[in-house]
Amino acid sequence: MPSLPDMATPEAERLAQEAAQPADPHITDVALKPALFDWLCRMGDGALILGHRTSEWCGHGPALEEDIALANTALDLIGHAALWLELAAEVEAQGRTADDLAYLRDAMRFRNPQIVELPNGDIGRTLMREFLYDAWHYEMLLKLRDSSSPRVAEIAAKAGKEVAYQLDRASDLVIRLGDGTEESHARMQAALDHLWPYTGELFTDDAVDEAVAEAGIAPRASELQGPWDATLREVMGEATLTVPDRRADVHLGGKQGRHTEHLGYILAEMQFLQRAYPGAEW
Amino acid sequence: MYAQMVKSEAADGEQTPEDRAFQARIDRGEKIEPKDWMPEGYRKTLIRQIGQHAHSEIVGQLPEGNWITRAPTLERKQILLAKVQDEAGHGLYLYSAAETLGVSRDELFEKLHSGAMKYSSIFNYPTLTWADMGAIGWLVDGAAIMNQVPLQRTSYGPYSRAMIRICKEESFHQRQGYSIMMKMAGGTPEQKEMAQDALNRFWYPSLMMFGPSDKDSVHSAQSMAWKIKINTNDELRQKFVDETVPQAEYLGLTVPDPDLAWNAGRGHYDFTEPDWTEFFDVLKGNGPCNEERLGARVKAWEDGAWFREGLSAHAEKAAARRLAAE
Ligand SMILES: [Fe+2]
Ligand SMILES: [Fe+2]
Repeated sequence: MPSLPDMATPEAERLAQEAAQPADPHITDVALKPALFDWLCRMGDGALILGHRTSEWCGHGPALEEDIALANTALDLIGHAALWLELAAEVEAQGRTADDLAYLRDAMRFRNPQIVELPNGDIGRTLMREFLYDAWHYEMLLKLRDSSSPRVAEIAAKAGKEVAYQLDRASDLVIRLGDGTEESHARMQAALDHLWPYTGELFTDDAVDEAVAEAGIAPRASELQGPWDATLREVMGEATLTVPDRRADVHLGGKQGRHTEHLGYILAEMQFLQRAYPGAEW
Repeated sequence: MYAQMVKSEAADGEQTPEDRAFQARIDRGEKIEPKDWMPEGYRKTLIRQIGQHAHSEIVGQLPEGNWITRAPTLERKQILLAKVQDEAGHGLYLYSAAETLGVSRDELFEKLHSGAMKYSSIFNYPTLTWADMGAIGWLVDGAAIMNQVPLQRTSYGPYSRAMIRICKEESFHQRQGYSIMMKMAGGTPEQKEMAQDALNRFWYPSLMMFGPSDKDSVHSAQSMAWKIKINTNDELRQKFVDETVPQAEYLGLTVPDPDLAWNAGRGHYDFTEPDWTEFFDVLKGNGPCNEERLGARVKAWEDGAWFREGLSAHAEKAAARRLAAE
């Protein structure tokens, strides 16, 4: 039997935490709940899956400094994922935790854009993907600071600083490798060409985007296209890389739960222990 | 410890006046700094030891890196990732310390990749369950601490300072590992089984980390005089056993040694020596994971060649452009 303090502590902690949270009527808005929950999962799942992919580099980086930097990025992203998914779980109010959402949902319930679930490929593709996502992520978090939801704004402010740093780092490396050797240039161009048709999903609106935008919580996905494009042109120009002349919105559906074949394998690996030993504590 | 069987350069022939003055500085407890005169044997031995230690940190990323993508909760994933990242950082400090002795990181990598330099035997064992993340933090980082705490007082300044930074993080790693063991040992029957199995598999390889028994360890005397090595292998191994056994008992786990017993007369535990044939076998490349571990390092290095070349080419172009603009 647990001792009395053990039983009392989590409850006291929870109450103290709740008291510290800014009042946020959106969190308990029943009509908004399905859209807000979905949207928070998009934010959380994007960070989680990209963080997971990035963490695959740990111990295998092309230079010690880069190994450390990639682990840092992965850590930041998984930290953001935990914040978004905690809030999603709170909005859902079904007693699930952030871990339940990360480890016990199947692929069709994941809401990340497809671009983050693609395999890492070489370090060039990994960095190009990071840049493309960071540039979107940065603009998104910047806008979210003015969210009508104080809880969302709070997470965005915290994550925004880290993502600003990640974007700087990724831009710098894309530029240096694009304008490096012939081989590094060719690899970075190939990476951009490969990833390009997945980028459109980031800017494609749907009913969920519409609902959270209506509530003043987040910008419409399409609103981020302009600033993202400006960053992209600037960095690719310096990197001497060519923005592909083909449709960017070829691969859609991740945000709605339709994924590539790759996500199932990520989850099989990531969720293995929670699935194999239901209810165990780690 | 992360440096096993480091061959010490015996002082060849007569001691010169410089040698004697150098030894006197060490005996007075002075730190030797990179620009100071030092015997060639001291320099070479240190390069071997620091290099081997650095290699152990980065090869040591791999067995735990193996579980990052399968960590069972978001928090455990973050803790493990941060831990493995710390090990890369330790590698970085140590390669930098070695560089002050006139050997580049690339040269050391080359020696690691060619097999001319070794890393600790412990990292040639596989990580088979999540409990291994606990056992490694608890036992392997624990054994590393045993060796590295005294090395904070080593005679070579940059090495000593690297050890001071590293030790802080290692003790954090050990606590985190122990916390995983607590959860596992106090968890479901399957978790407890994994915890016991991890202890069974990592106990003797952890004891091997301190290197062969003193009676077979031929290179200790000179290194100890130079304060590159502070304690003997057997002293450290005994200390490790004495500290670890009660921790295992607290977890409710059984150390896989039927002859383990407290010896009141000695004030120490009596324990069974590890199988030294296995140790030498693993060092020679015949451990369960030698090829995978070294292969992973070589692959990372080779796959990264275009990346490193790209960055240097860009740096050259940028410098040329700056020059042209002046
Ligand atoms: Fe370390
Ligand atoms: Fe460590």
